Amino acid sequence: MFKLFQPNRIFQITSRAPKYVLFLFVLVLSVGLTEALVFSPEDYKQSDAVRIMYVHVPAAWISLGIFSSITVLSISGFIFKNKNLFLIAKSLAPSGFVFNIIALVTGSIWGKPTWGTWWAWDARITSMLILALFYAMYLISWRIYENEEKVFKISTIITILGIVNVPIIKYSVDWWNTLHQPASINILSKSSIHSSMLFPLLIMTAAFALFSLLIFLMKYNTELIKIKNKGLDRL
Amino acid sequence: MYGRKVKLRFLFVVVILITLILSVFLILKSLEENVVYFQSPSEINMSAELDKKKIRVGGMVKKDSISITANEIKFIITDFKNEINVTFNGAVPNLFEEEKGVVAEGFLKDRNYFSATKILAKHDENYMPPEVKAAMEGK
Repeated sequence: MFKLFQPNRIFQITSRAPKYVLFLFVLVLSVGLTEALVFSPEDYKQSDAVRIMYVHVPAAWISLGIFSSITVLSISGFIFKNKNLFLIAKSLAPSGFVFNIIALVTGSIWGKPTWGTWWAWDARITSMLILALFYAMYLISWRIYENEEKVFKISTIITILGIVNVPIIKYSVDWWNTLHQPASINILSKSSIHSSMLFPLLIMTAAFALFSLLIFLMKYNTELIKIKNKGLDRL
Repeated sequence: MYGRKVKLRFLFVVVILITLILSVFLILKSLEENVVYFQSPSEINMSAELDKKKIRVGGMVKKDSISITANEIKFIITDFKNEINVTFNGAVPNLFEEEKGVVAEGFLKDRNYFSATKILAKHDENYMPPEVKAAMEGK
């Protein structure tokens, strides 16, 4: 199964793919931004402030998705003693962290005109802040430990601790009274967001996902170059 | 298929996860009162004794209840079972409207009377263009 993950073959992909992904990202982002800023209607209540949502919601989704992926990769890497999975997780983390910060900042900018406050210590916002702290811990752990065995273990522990927070973020708005509104998009029942607003939201999500892929490929390529420089052809 | 060590490591991770989830669940359960951002008028009505501390009350602004005078704004927060009268002096957010969500921060005078020091508008999860809203109301 892990034959697929041979560094030499992957290296060919990671060194060529970024330019295509970049092209695709610019294309999807320009379509998404035009849809979100020009063609989509304003909201009946919050008027143009709704446009912040097209950045806020995709950024939050991607940051949650990446943290979950990092956890799955790290745990699998730990169970199967596969070094490559840790490197994939390490390369994914920076863009997840950036999107987490973007979600917090855009939420704050949206909160001031709509709620009347920049920040509220409600369950959703606080748990999202905790996720950002876990991301920070994860990224720092890779920087401070030289010993590979040690960094694999510590980063895995951080993801295991952090993953418990992810369902709390998702359901915080349903379990407790929060200032943050509950989810508008439901897979099982009818969404409470109009289709003319859902469409740009999905395109922006695709754009952000492509951006994460781009950063991931570049980071991962660097990791592979580091291995090559050590004169090792296998992991 | 997999070695004994692999199975042991898998079991190890599973046990850690279960322990963590259970302990976090118990912690949050016992902290419930502090995790909620605001209380509803019914919860205040049922509480055994009045809170002297600063608290937050949330619910809907009752229809036709807002009255604005030169130095004060008065309205009623309702959760459709119980109500609470709120007075506030200061600026309210743009989205503060009748029949919309609101969170008031301040002090309870008694069970039905609340003096707010800060008003936050609570936005709901509905997003739609004005034409759609108008069409819905037309029905």
